Amino acid sequence: MNNDRAKRWLEPKTWAEAAYDPQVRAVVFQSLLVIVLLIAATEIVLNTAANLKKQNITSGFEFLSRTAGFDVSQSLIPYSSKSSYAGALLVGLTNTLLVAALGIVIATVLGFAIGIARLSPNWLASKLALSYVELVRNVPLLLQLLVWYVAVLRAFPPPAEALGLPLGAHLDKRGLHLPQLTFEHGGGALLLSILGAIAAAWFLTRLARQDRDGAWKHSSFIAAAWALVGIVPFLALLYAAAYVSVAYPTLGRFNFEGGLSIEPEFLALLIGLSTYTAAFISEIVRAGLLGVPRGQREAAAALGLTRRQALRLVILPQAMRIITPPLTNQYLNLTKNSSLAVAIGYPDLVSVFSGTVLNQTGQAVEVILITMAVYLAISLATALFMNRFNARTAWAER
Amino acid sequence: MGSASPLVRALLAGILVLGGLLSGVVAAQSATLDQVRARGHLVCGVNTGLAGFSAPDDRGRWTGIDIDFCRAVAAAIFKDGNRVRFVPLNAKERFTALQSGEVDVLSRNTTWTMSRDTSLGLNFTGVIYYDGQAFMARRALGLKSAADLAGSSICVQSGTTNELNLSDFFATRGLSYRPVVFERLVEVLGAYISGRCDAFTTDSSQLISERTRLPDPDTHEMLPDLISKEPLGPVVRQGDAGWSNIVRWTLFALINAEELGITQGNVEEMRTSSNPEIRRILGTDGEFGRGIGLDNDWVVSIIKTVGNYGEAFERNLGQGSALKIARGRNALWKDGGLMYAPPIR
Repeated sequence: MNNDRAKRWLEPKTWAEAAYDPQVRAVVFQSLLVIVLLIAATEIVLNTAANLKKQNITSGFEFLSRTAGFDVSQSLIPYSSKSSYAGALLVGLTNTLLVAALGIVIATVLGFAIGIARLSPNWLASKLALSYVELVRNVPLLLQLLVWYVAVLRAFPPPAEALGLPLGAHLDKRGLHLPQLTFEHGGGALLLSILGAIAAAWFLTRLARQDRDGAWKHSSFIAAAWALVGIVPFLALLYAAAYVSVAYPTLGRFNFEGGLSIEPEFLALLIGLSTYTAAFISEIVRAGLLGVPRGQREAAAALGLTRRQALRLVILPQAMRIITPPLTNQYLNLTKNSSLAVAIGYPDLVSVFSGTVLNQTGQAVEVILITMAVYLAISLATALFMNRFNARTAWAER
Repeated sequence: MGSASPLVRALLAGILVLGGLLSGVVAAQSATLDQVRARGHLVCGVNTGLAGFSAPDDRGRWTGIDIDFCRAVAAAIFKDGNRVRFVPLNAKERFTALQSGEVDVLSRNTTWTMSRDTSLGLNFTGVIYYDGQAFMARRALGLKSAADLAGSSICVQSGTTNELNLSDFFATRGLSYRPVVFERLVEVLGAYISGRCDAFTTDSSQLISERTRLPDPDTHEMLPDLISKEPLGPVVRQGDAGWSNIVRWTLFALINAEELGITQGNVEEMRTSSNPEIRRILGTDGEFGRGIGLDNDWVVSIIKTVGNYGEAFERNLGQGSALKIARGRNALWKDGGLMYAPPIR
């Protein structure tokens, strides 16, 4: 077939013949359209640049290397007012990624739990799940964020009367203050050993599952593999513990000093985004579970599997094929919705970059273009990852 | 617009700039003046709500010194101070709105700085209020000066010079603080009232104004430090010198009128005054109004509409208002203040 097509292209033709060939026509018209679009795009860019120049508005991306001069309340990377605008962009980006990543994890766990509870034979569990979904998904997200931020988190006491929590943590209207562990020595080894142990256990488990008839098949072996995850880091911890110091948050004149402070703006955004998205995810999970043919459940029961086993081994793996694509949409929504942060003062990408930086530099066109490009990149990366996951869980045949 | 997501709003702002730029206005004598005349009213960018400068009163009518300035420009052009449409703008939106042509003048307590004047394609036309940044905190904290705020949480509005001054102030003293930043002033105030921050910083006039909105104003105090110079003034687009002249000289006319003793009450009698300076400013002699594309009696309309600078100040910010701000450095130069306008001659 392909060969035929190639041959037809190679055959010499008269102009009239070519003009009636649908292939040739398609190529010609599509090329024309692309050329017109390119010309239009170039015209827009050149015209904008020329007019910016005519109006004496500074343009270009040089501003990114200039000193920012403002402070940001929360930053994962080293940042001060002496950093550049590019630094501020990174601070906003990492803050957006932080809230999006944690939000996705929490929303997924919560969403699956609620979705499964919704189908539970337990009347109370299913009705509670139903009320949660109907309440949370039908109230606008912005409103929910304001409720969490203004009505819930601001209701906590001032720092001087902070609520004492276990392990020396404190909660007040300025946020959650946790003790912070600092490893002067051996901290890196501890982290590595934890990651290494998890990787090893995962690998051994996989091996044991694939090699059903061989020496690896005992499920007690799997348990032993996961015990690694506990034992190795514990040994590393014993080593590192000699050098560990704990910084407890202590009340200064105004605020808790030392330790790790989690700002209420971040908490409100994280809680708001994940509970809101969880409501949608739970409906997707419910649809996925109901989408698995009834016969599968009955067959699992006939084999003597318990309800839990049936759910874990038979129903969920098949339901994932239905769940994954719309789940990707929810992840993208959550990431983009994180831009509502600006309403409650969380320093995300929109608030820091297309808010403060835009205003301090006045370079609206460049700042908005960069912001759009960054969101596009985040969304495409998320979609790419989820599509690969989807390809793995999708039906292999049919 | 209130419910639209910030991203959408930022995008719209960007598109507006793009649209404004693509339309490629060709400057005539004063293209902006022609547009304003053809439209039948002036479009003025103002604060979303700042008592004394720009806020709707209980009948929904905009009042404040920034508002009066807009009315003065409208009066100079149309002889009618009501031919203005006010567009309330955030700190963040203000320059984009002016650049894109959404507003003709920005009269929105905006600090004149070099970068704003030279890199935004905008021109500041003068100073209507000499301000400085200050701090407000609860009296119970017993603070003596702003340096006592080391380690505290401080509420500030994003995209303002205040945000930058605050950072400079603590950085130069090697002190730490925690910024709590919001996009709108009402959110900043809300955070301060709720105790999210220990102090609230902005221009001192704004602090005085916002303090009147606090539930219990007497439990709050302003710290004595003024940490910056904040000359506030009206802004226009660069590239229309004719329009720039109209806005600049409207401000100068207000100040000169006060200096010459021309008031809302006596402006008609003053037209026949024998003082040559008064005769020139009121258009009895000379062609000063026509020189900027208006009628010669342009200042008469201005003064009839809003009074002179002193009257507008006292009505909106001074003894005639709830704020009771003293003239201080906003007094005329001959009374020891900084208000000094070039002569009309």
